[in-house]
Amino acid sequence: MTEGVQPTFTAAPWRERAQEALIPPLVALLVALICGDLLILSYGQSPAAVYRLLLEGTWGNAYGFGQVLYKATTLAFTGLAVSFGLRAGLFNIGGESQLAAGGFGAALMGLALPVGTPLILALLVCMIAAGLAGGVVGAVPAYLKTRFGAHEVIVTIMLNFIVLALLNWFIAGHLHVPETLHTPEIHAGVLPRLADIDPRFHGSAANLALIVAVLVAFAVWFYLFRARGGYELRAVGLQPQAAEYGGISVGRVWMRALTFSGVIAGIGGINYVLGYKHYYEDGFASGAGFLGIAVALVGRNHPLGVLVAAFFFATLSQGGLAIHAFVPKQMMDVLQGVVILAVAMAVPEVRRILRGARGRSDA
Amino acid sequence: MNPISFLTQMIRIAVPYLFAASGGVVAERAGIVSLTLEGFMLSGAFAAVLGTNYSGSPWVGVLCGILGGLIFSLIHAVATIRYRADQVVVGVAINLLAIGVTRFFLKLFFASSSNSPRVAGFGGNINVAGFDNPLLWLGIIVAPVMAFVIYKTPFGLRVRAVGEHPDAAESVGVSVTRVRYVAVAISGMLAALGGVYLALDQHQFTDQMTAGRGFIAISAVIFGRWDPIRAALACLLFAAAETLQIQLQGSHAIPSQFIEMIPYALTIIALAGVVGRAVPPAALGKVED
Repeated sequence: MTEGVQPTFTAAPWRERAQEALIPPLVALLVALICGDLLILSYGQSPAAVYRLLLEGTWGNAYGFGQVLYKATTLAFTGLAVSFGLRAGLFNIGGESQLAAGGFGAALMGLALPVGTPLILALLVCMIAAGLAGGVVGAVPAYLKTRFGAHEVIVTIMLNFIVLALLNWFIAGHLHVPETLHTPEIHAGVLPRLADIDPRFHGSAANLALIVAVLVAFAVWFYLFRARGGYELRAVGLQPQAAEYGGISVGRVWMRALTFSGVIAGIGGINYVLGYKHYYEDGFASGAGFLGIAVALVGRNHPLGVLVAAFFFATLSQGGLAIHAFVPKQMMDVLQGVVILAVAMAVPEVRRILRGARGRSDA
Repeated sequence: MNPISFLTQMIRIAVPYLFAASGGVVAERAGIVSLTLEGFMLSGAFAAVLGTNYSGSPWVGVLCGILGGLIFSLIHAVATIRYRADQVVVGVAINLLAIGVTRFFLKLFFASSSNSPRVAGFGGNINVAGFDNPLLWLGIIVAPVMAFVIYKTPFGLRVRAVGEHPDAAESVGVSVTRVRYVAVAISGMLAALGGVYLALDQHQFTDQMTAGRGFIAISAVIFGRWDPIRAALACLLFAAAETLQIQLQGSHAIPSQFIEMIPYALTIIALAGVVGRAVPPAALGKVED
């Protein structure tokens, strides 16, 4: 090498990319297990016994597994929504209100449709209504970002409060069953539950929305990695100036990314409204939008990873109920935060270590 | 409506915002995103109740509360400064962690999933409407003090330099890392005091008792364009809207939900630049490799 240091423009080999994607979540899992041990010990219980209980109550029986699947469904939608925005370099923190707006849209449509509407038709129309409602909420920060350069993080956070207050006003003031904070039951669009197919799932809320989530994940994957629009979106996410120079309209991509991020989160509303309660209830999103950020982060913004991460966080949440007799379920709230924090810290660290190792081996 | 009672109620509502927003201004001026104020407040509120409960003295509670906020802010600082983790993600994590930790400890120490037992507080003379509480007076002066620190002291100059142009600051010998650690720690302790005031004023801790106040504070920081005095005025404005909502209750003139929206809507308008664009510190949220 007489020419001195050669600049390397080659992409990282797949092995290194796989390491970069998988090591941070595994580190986080380890850290969470250790923290979990400490919390369990602080309660004077045996970690091994509590973890066994957790697994038995989640994956060990059909009801628990069904509940995990139900919770994973909503998280998959919000996780996909966040990761879709992040692929374009935009942080959508509005999942909470987009999910709620979507559920509200689905419920309104379910109420408007006549009794006896064929399920497929009702599902489609309700999904469109949910997606539209979520998309409208997503389009506001998209427009403000593109037109005025307003930072999407702050705008989506502020919009969460505004939209949730609006929905609360609508429900409390106009559209509730007396003495409750929910709408009347929908007339059409009730989704079959897993228990209708396999009676062992009896009592769990898992429903057909699970299949919709998997289909949406596939659609997101196809769009991101096989369609031109997705290529543009990822190009903008990696390096907006370069993408602009390459002839991509960054503003238009931003519009599309945040709006569709809202659409995806909005469709997630069908899981609760069409699949579980059959009405919209104030506050049903209760943190699922924020957990979507965790799901996207742990799933490394890949649709398949997001599905796995959604399943993981759903297990934590359901697992909390399974161990509650021995250790308070609030332990899982702590572990959620620990996992996010650990992944957030491990991602740049692992990248630096791997790049450093590669830099040395290239020299 | 009695103007004196309106004013006193407004100030009492504003105090937690004033503490948290002053903390937010310092951290953001140093370039670290402060979506964590909510978590700092919550941990401060819980630690204050814990300390007061076991010592019987609200002053011990204040110290514990400050310590609680300090611990969470140091986690935030280590993650974002040492590990260069994404500041927004860490912000979300800190807030979730604060909710989780306070819930777990509420269960562990007080065997409840909703609230702590009643603890001592400050003042209590009903004739002075809460103005015999030393924390309230501290809250009133915290913003002017922060303005002095930021604009008139060498440390403040460093904070501003580090937030606007870290490379330039580094090149003249300022340790960017150290200034940011201190700024985040100050923000954690100040925001925690907001939570401490809230908890001791209500004489107990309740699950998620900060209820979004940290986000109102961050709204005030942005609406106040990252200036301590203007942020404090924004806090007063938001508190006035809330007071109005409380005093109008029952009259149904304006639905309360619409008054709740005011801080958030104003922040969006400020960011969109309809009336005087809000421009953040240049290095805010940026991670340099």
